[in-house]
Amino acid sequence: MTEIGSAPLTGDTMVGGDDVIEDARASLWRRWLRNPSALIGGIIVVLVVASAVISLVWTPYNPLAVDPSHALSGPSLRHLLGTDEYGRDVFSRLMASSQVALFVGFLSVLIATVVGIPAGLLAAERRGATGQVVLRLADILYGFPALLAAVVLAAAFGASKTTVVLAIGISYIPVFVRVTRSNALVVLNSEYVLAARAYGRRPLAIMRRHVIPNILTTIIAQMSLLFSLAVLAETALDFLGLGTAAPAASWGTMLQSSQNYLGNDPLLTVWPSVAIVLCVLGFSLLGDGISELRDVRSSR
Amino acid sequence: MDATRRLARAAAPFLRRVGTIVVALWGASVLVFTVLNVLPGSPAQVILGTQATPQAVRQLTAQLGLNKSLLRQYVDWVGGLLHGSLGVSYISHLGIGAQIAQALSVTGPLVLFALVIGLAIGLPLGFIGAVRHGRFSGSLIGGLSQIGMAVPTVVAGLLLVIILTVKFHVFPTSGFPGWSDPLQALRSLVLPAFSLGLVEGAILSRYVRASILEQLRSDYLRTARSKGLRVGQALRRHGIRNAAIPLVTVVGLELASLIVGAIVVENVFALPGLGLLLLDSVNNRDLLTVQDIAMLVATAVLVINLVVDVSYHLLDPRLKGQS
Amino acid sequence: MPLLRVRDLTVTGGPLTLVRDVNFDVNAGERVGLIGESGSGKSLTSLAIMGLLGEGLSARGEVSLDGENLLSASERRRCEIRGNRMAMVFQEPMSALNPTRRIGDQVGETLRIHQGLSRRAARTAAVELLRRVEFADPERYVRMYPHELSGGQRQRVMIASALSCDPEVILADEPTTALDVTVQRRVLDLLDRLVDETGCALLLIAHDLAVVSEVCDRVVTMYGGRVVESGSVAQIIDEPRHPYTRALLATSTALSVAETSSGANLPSIPGSVPSAGHFPQGCPFRDRCDRRVDACVEMPPTEVHGTRSLACWNPVDDSELVHEEAP
Repeated sequence: MTEIGSAPLTGDTMVGGDDVIEDARASLWRRWLRNPSALIGGIIVVLVVASAVISLVWTPYNPLAVDPSHALSGPSLRHLLGTDEYGRDVFSRLMASSQVALFVGFLSVLIATVVGIPAGLLAAERRGATGQVVLRLADILYGFPALLAAVVLAAAFGASKTTVVLAIGISYIPVFVRVTRSNALVVLNSEYVLAARAYGRRPLAIMRRHVIPNILTTIIAQMSLLFSLAVLAETALDFLGLGTAAPAASWGTMLQSSQNYLGNDPLLTVWPSVAIVLCVLGFSLLGDGISELRDVRSSR
Repeated sequence: MDATRRLARAAAPFLRRVGTIVVALWGASVLVFTVLNVLPGSPAQVILGTQATPQAVRQLTAQLGLNKSLLRQYVDWVGGLLHGSLGVSYISHLGIGAQIAQALSVTGPLVLFALVIGLAIGLPLGFIGAVRHGRFSGSLIGGLSQIGMAVPTVVAGLLLVIILTVKFHVFPTSGFPGWSDPLQALRSLVLPAFSLGLVEGAILSRYVRASILEQLRSDYLRTARSKGLRVGQALRRHGIRNAAIPLVTVVGLELASLIVGAIVVENVFALPGLGLLLLDSVNNRDLLTVQDIAMLVATAVLVINLVVDVSYHLLDPRLKGQS
Repeated sequence: MPLLRVRDLTVTGGPLTLVRDVNFDVNAGERVGLIGESGSGKSLTSLAIMGLLGEGLSARGEVSLDGENLLSASERRRCEIRGNRMAMVFQEPMSALNPTRRIGDQVGETLRIHQGLSRRAARTAAVELLRRVEFADPERYVRMYPHELSGGQRQRVMIASALSCDPEVILADEPTTALDVTVQRRVLDLLDRLVDETGCALLLIAHDLAVVSEVCDRVVTMYGGRVVESGSVAQIIDEPRHPYTRALLATSTALSVAETSSGANLPSIPGSVPSAGHFPQGCPFRDRCDRRVDACVEMPPTEVHGTRSLACWNPVDDSELVHEEAP
C-alpha cells in the first residue's frame, strides 16, 4: 500500500551528482570513526601491517642473530621483551613474524577469493547442472578444514609455508562459494535485475553492474574475517611444525619453542600469544565493523 | 497409499542430501588418494632408507601392494574402507583400524568433554549477553567473547598450563594414563578440554546472543507479550525454540571444529589421540595411515554437516517437506 | 468515566520526543479512529497504551483503564490486563505470528494464560474462535503453521486471538495495511461485525480516513507526535478544521477520483513527513502547511469545543470548506 502524502519522486532528488558521492564518502568516514568495531579493528590492522612493513627494513636486532651469552634474559632496556633460549631478541622476532602472518593470510585469502567468488557467481547464475557441479565440488572441499588439508599436503609434499598457504586457501574456497552464491542470488532475484534482463542485458554485464557492486561489502567483510581465521590456522600449523621451519620466526614457532620454558620463562609464551590475539582480533573486528557499516547503509 | 506417498515426499530431501554426501565422500577419497600418491618416490625406499638394495625395495613394494596400478590401489583402499578394513601401517606393521580405535578412545571423550564445556560457557553467557544488551554487563560479555574468539587453541592450552599447572600444580601437564583409572584419565583431559571448550564457548556465546536478541526484537514475541506473557515467559514459550534452530547449525559446526582442534590440543598435551597419531604418521611418512585418518575426519565433518541440515529441516516447520 | 483515558502521554527515545502530550478518551463500546501519515506517532501511541514499547523507548503521562493508571502499575498487573481486558491486533500478520507454533496453540494461548485452560481445552476453544472469524474448516486450520495461511487468514487468526478473552478494548494497528487490496475489505468488515457483536471498544489506527470513517464513531488526527484535531466522524469528514486533517481528507477521497481522471495531478500533501524528532518547533505541520501564519512558530494550544478539539492558529473555516467542495 502506498502511503499518502509521501514525497513524490521529482528530479530534485537526482541532482547533486558528485556532491552527493563526496558527501557519502565523508559520512562513510564519519560512521567508520563512530563504529567501535571498525575503528578498533582498523587501528590494530594498521599497527600489524606497519610492524610487518617496518620489519622488512628495520628491526631492533636481527631476528635470527644468536647470542648465547644473553639467552633467556628477561625484559630490559636493551631487549624490550627479553630474549629467547638462543639469545635472539623477542621483540624483533615478533615483528618479523607479523610478515609471515600477513603473507600467509593475504595469499590464502587471495586463493580462496580468486577461485571461490567466480565459482559462487557461476553457481548463482547457472542454477542447472553447472551450478550443481560447482556446489558438489565445494562440498568435497568442505570436508577438509584448513588443518586437515595442511596435514595431507604436508604428508605428500613435505611441510612448508607453501603447503600452509595452499591448505588454508583451498579450505576457504567453499566458504566464498557459499557466501557469494547466496548473496548473488538475492540480487539476481531482485526486480531491477529482472528489468535489466528484460532489456536484454547479458549475464556478464548484469554481474558487473548489479551483482558485484551489491555483494562487494559482504565479500570484503568475509575476507577480513577469513584473514583472521587464516592467522589462527597458520599459528596452529607452525606450532605443529607443519609450516614455517625453524629458525625463521613466526608466532607459531615461537610458541612451540617457548613450550620448554613454561615454568621458568612464561613471558616467552605470553608475548607471541598477545601478538596473535591482537592480530586476529583486529581482522575479525574489522570484518564485523564492515558488515555493521553495510547494515547501517542498507537500513537507511 | 497416500501415507506412503507422503512419507516418500518427506524423505525425498533427506535422501537427496544423503546422495550428495555420498558423492562428496567419493570425491574426498579421490582427492586424498591422488594428493598422497601422485608424487614420485617409493614409500618402500623411504622405509628401508637409502642403503637398501633395489631388490629389497622391490620386494617390500610388492609386499605392500604398491606395484599394482594406482587405480587398482585406489579400488583396494576404498573397498577395504567400505568393509571396515583400514589396512596395515607400512611403518609399525600394526592394524591401522586398531590404532585409530585406540586413538579415538582418547579423542572422542576429549571432544565431547570440550563440547560440554563450550555449551556450558556459551549458552548462559550468550543468554545473559542478550538479555542485558545495552547495559554494562552485556557489553562486557560481548567484548570478552570477541577476545575469546581470537585466542588460538594452542595459546589457550599453553596459558592454562602456565597458570594451573606450573603455578598451582593442579593438573598434569601432559600424557594420558589410559582408561584403567578413569578418574586419572579424566583429570588429564581437563586442561585439554578446557583449552578447546573456552574458545568454542566464546564463539558459541556470540551466536546465542545474536539469536536470542533477534527473538527479543521479533514481532511475535511482542504478540506473545500482548497476550499477557511477561518477557521471560514469552521468551521461554516462543523464543527458545526459534532461537535453537540456527544454533543447531552452530553447534554442529563447533563439533566439527572441535574434532580438528583436537589435533592441535593433543599435540600440546601429548595426548595419544587421533591428532597425535596423524602427526606421527606424517612425520614417519606413513601415508596409508594419513590417508585413512584424513578420510575419517572428512567423513565426520561431512556427516555432521548432513545431520545439522536434516535436523534444521525437522525443527523448522516452514522447511518441512521442502528441498 | 471513559473506559480508556489517555492524558499527556509522552513517549521519548533517548533525547528524542516521539509522542508529545497526547490526550484522548475511548468510552466503553466506542470506536475511535487514530489517523495520520506514518511517522505521526500513532503506532507508538498504541504500543505505549499496551505497555509494549520497544527497547530504549519510555512513556510517561497517564493511560487509565477504568480509572486505573497503567503507566504506574506493576508489570505483573499489566500482564493481567494485557490480552485479557485489552488486546491488540498488529500490522504485519506474518511476522506477528510465531512461525514455529501451530495456529491453534497461538489462538488458544491467551485463554491458557488468563483462564488457565488446559492445552486440550484451549485447542477446542481455538476451533470455535476460528469459526467466529469465518474459517470454514477450523479443525484443519488449528493444526497448520502460519506460513501455510494467506495474509488475510493470518490477520483473521490475529483477530480471533485478540477476541478470545472478551477484552473491553481492542487496539488495531493498521490491521489491513499489509494485506492484499482484495481482502482488506473482508478483514475490515469482519472486525467491524465482531466489535459490534461483542460490544467492546475499538481503537483503530489507520492512515486512510476512508477506512476510519466507515468503522468509527470518532476520529483523532495525529501529526508529528501530537493530536492536532479530534471530533466525531461527521464533524471531521464534513468540516475538517485543521489544515492537516483537510489535506488527509483531500488525498484520501482523491485516491479514488484519480483512478478515473487522467491521474496527471495526483493530489498529495506537499513535502514529506520528517523523520522522528526532526519536526519543526511550534506547530509540527507548519513547514508543509499552506495556511501558516507567524504565530505557528509557537505550538497552538488545544482548544476544546464540546465534542471536538483543535490545535491550530489558523483553522479552516466553514465558508472555505464549501468552496473547497465546489469543483
